[in-house]
Amino acid sequence: MKVGVVVFPGSNCDTDALWTAGKVAGNQSFPIWHDSSDINGADMIIIPGGFSYGDYLRSGAIAQFSVVMDEVKRFAASGGKVIGICNGFQILTESGLLPGALLQNDTLRFESRWIEIETVTTRTPFTKNLAKGQILKVPIAHNEGRYHIDPIGLENLIKNDQIVFRYHGVNPNGSIHDIAGICNREGNVVGMMPHPERAGELITGSADGLPMFVG
Amino acid sequence: MHKVEVTVSLKPDILDPQGKTVQRALSHMSYDMVKSARVGKSIVMDIDAPSPEKALEIAREVSNKLLANPVMEVFSVRLIEGN
Repeated sequence: MKVGVVVFPGSNCDTDALWTAGKVAGNQSFPIWHDSSDINGADMIIIPGGFSYGDYLRSGAIAQFSVVMDEVKRFAASGGKVIGICNGFQILTESGLLPGALLQNDTLRFESRWIEIETVTTRTPFTKNLAKGQILKVPIAHNEGRYHIDPIGLENLIKNDQIVFRYHGVNPNGSIHDIAGICNREGNVVGMMPHPERAGELITGSADGLPMFVG
Repeated sequence: MHKVEVTVSLKPDILDPQGKTVQRALSHMSYDMVKSARVGKSIVMDIDAPSPEKALEIAREVSNKLLANPVMEVFSVRLIEGN
């Protein structure tokens, strides 16, 4: 599989994503610069974490208008596999590829630690190698991770099997319904706050995130 | 040129932890009469438009498109000065 990792000014998890989704998962991976209008035949696109455009205005607000996002939208509309992690999740909600929004943590702290998440659906290309109910140990590192959606939106997420991960045990940011990750209606676009790309090998503390990038 | 201020704040029904912390700090400073606080942001723009009304219209348009996220925020626009 060919994995393209989008790089914005201020992205800082791109190297981890290139490594884990590339060599560790047995794929070919390459970066895609934010002003590129060519995704180089990627089969999977990762929008990594970081602080794109300095998180100015709102996390992910400026990145949605970059050249590459038009290509990402086209790729997603044609059924392509897209995952946004942390800041990447914020970019996907800001650009309308995923519903809802991410607000400041209710703890008022930048939350950086290991947590557990429960796999809610295995119908996405990123969770097909996991089991329903499987608990993953993955790290989080965010200030705006409190997922928010109106009551009707939440009902639709549940009804349409769009909740991908929920926090297990501890909800670190006050997100609604303990949501850690969601997908679009079709299931090909996934966004999540925790970092599976930082949990790709035991030497990092956990390898639970690796199956998400294996083809 | 018209100077327009856009004020963006979280929707009233959304928890604003920053505002809550400000209110708590004021309470510790004995300002118990301050019962709530909400933190927002202000964006001031100079807009080259033929009329103040047109400037406000443009401000509303860019607020909807970029400055505010309608999922979680509301905004208001006001003219500061025109010449």
